[in-house]
Amino acid sequence: MREQLLKIIERNSRIELKELAVILGVEEAVIIEELQKCEQEGVICGYHTMIDWDKVGVEKVSALIEVRVTPQRGQGFDNIAERIYKYPEVNAVYLISGGYDLLVSLEGKTLREVSAFVSDKLSTLDTVISTATHFILKKYKDHGTILEKKYEDTREKVTP
Amino acid sequence: MRNPLAEKVVDIPFSGIRKFFDIVSEMPDAISLGVGEPDFDTPWHIRDEGIYSLEKGRTFYTSNSGLKELRQEIANYLKRRQNLEYDAMKQVLITVGGSEAIDIGMRVMLNPGEEVLIPQPSYVSYEPCVILAGGVPVIINLKEENEFRLTAQELLDAITEKTKILVLPFPNNPTGAILEEKDLQEIARVCIEKDIFVMSDEIYAELTYKEKHISIAQMPGMQERTILINGFSKAYAMTGWRLGYACGPADIIEQMLKVHQYAIMCAPTTSQYAAVEALKNGDEDVQEMREAYNQRRRYLVHAFREMGLECFEPFGAFYIFPSIKEFGMTSDEFATRLLREEKVAVVPGTAFGACGEGFLRISYAYSLENLKIAIGRIRDFVERLRKEQQ
Repeated sequence: MREQLLKIIERNSRIELKELAVILGVEEAVIIEELQKCEQEGVICGYHTMIDWDKVGVEKVSALIEVRVTPQRGQGFDNIAERIYKYPEVNAVYLISGGYDLLVSLEGKTLREVSAFVSDKLSTLDTVISTATHFILKKYKDHGTILEKKYEDTREKVTP
Repeated sequence: MRNPLAEKVVDIPFSGIRKFFDIVSEMPDAISLGVGEPDFDTPWHIRDEGIYSLEKGRTFYTSNSGLKELRQEIANYLKRRQNLEYDAMKQVLITVGGSEAIDIGMRVMLNPGEEVLIPQPSYVSYEPCVILAGGVPVIINLKEENEFRLTAQELLDAITEKTKILVLPFPNNPTGAILEEKDLQEIARVCIEKDIFVMSDEIYAELTYKEKHISIAQMPGMQERTILINGFSKAYAMTGWRLGYACGPADIIEQMLKVHQYAIMCAPTTSQYAAVEALKNGDEDVQEMREAYNQRRRYLVHAFREMGLECFEPFGAFYIFPSIKEFGMTSDEFATRLLREEKVAVVPGTAFGACGEGFLRISYAYSLENLKIAIGRIRDFVERLRKEQQ
């Protein structure tokens, strides 16, 4: 039940408890208890809203930055990752296998702001060897949601 | 000029669904709960395999019975899912949808005057196919109190000396009814005792919400007298690809291949390549779609019961079959008014046989958001009817 519940609210965190109970075929109390457990265990980390800021007309610049670092003895990458993710403008930090070490997802108001963050804050960290910044030009799909096209039902309306 | 038409064909009525189709086509803002096909797109990896086959220039006929690889995958699938052994070379035929398999199956098995038992409510094509094949359809009216299952007694009562085939359409369109092991055991006993064959239309086999689907062919002594029909339309959301298959005794399949060879040549090649991918790597997609259907099913049954409409809990396909008998209208009247007044299209139960009178087929091959809007309108309509009748 937990996996199904999580799949549903991952897509729609605003779904009503009553409806969850109906479609999962259990009592509402069971859902409430399960949600509480998931929150306590840190399985549910937050309830966010997906926003296509482009449509609001608010200027935002997103970038993905590849960072190569020198791992520290006894700490590995954790220490440097923490120093990076504490910046509020950083959305996500991933440890990556392959050509570089950390992938940093960043959001700023302007190109200059993002560039400044990279040159002033990120590259100047002792353990950072190099960075490569990729600005995002267009988001087609995010968090499993296609941003461009709306679903259109092209089926015949009545069929046997 | 002479009448160009054959009486046998002219005498077959058009499907009762056509009338609604015509009205709905003129109402662009109508919400429909009337479709008999999944709302999901065919999973991308399956479509991609179809596209790849076109890019590679695989645009020729396949062998008449279908790609060897696909027949082998079907045999593997039936072994894996239902523990049934079929020889991919002699006992599997790839057809243009399950529909073709029904048609040619009837054509190769029926001599003039032989009877075919058709439980109703059920899919619209069995009866015409029997007539076109020169057989005589004999209808078994299924009952709501049995949750529209076929009982051994109903079967026994309908059998005559001329009975040759029983059509077994479960999981059922339009009722959503399923047959479970004990139902099948009793039906199998009668079939063996009376020496009749079964054409088992299992196109909704992957869409059951209780136990895993069981085929009548799994009952001892039944595989040699069963034509198992299935396909890719419902399980993998591949209706437009037109691909199905029939499995059965080699002597029947061989004759079906003959008719198929002359009438069709082979099933669409692109679809066959895509279907190989579906069977190899599609289990997870099916699982996900099944979960989504199940959630919608629970939602609809709950909503109809909340409205005070009687509705048995169906455990298969993607339909519910609520009763509207309390309003004293025919299914047709109810559905027509619902469409005109609230712009919601549903299919009257009578489109699937006379015994569907008093019922509606509601499809849940729609998103929950869509279903909610439709339910709101149906609720308004039902409340208005009840006030009118006070």
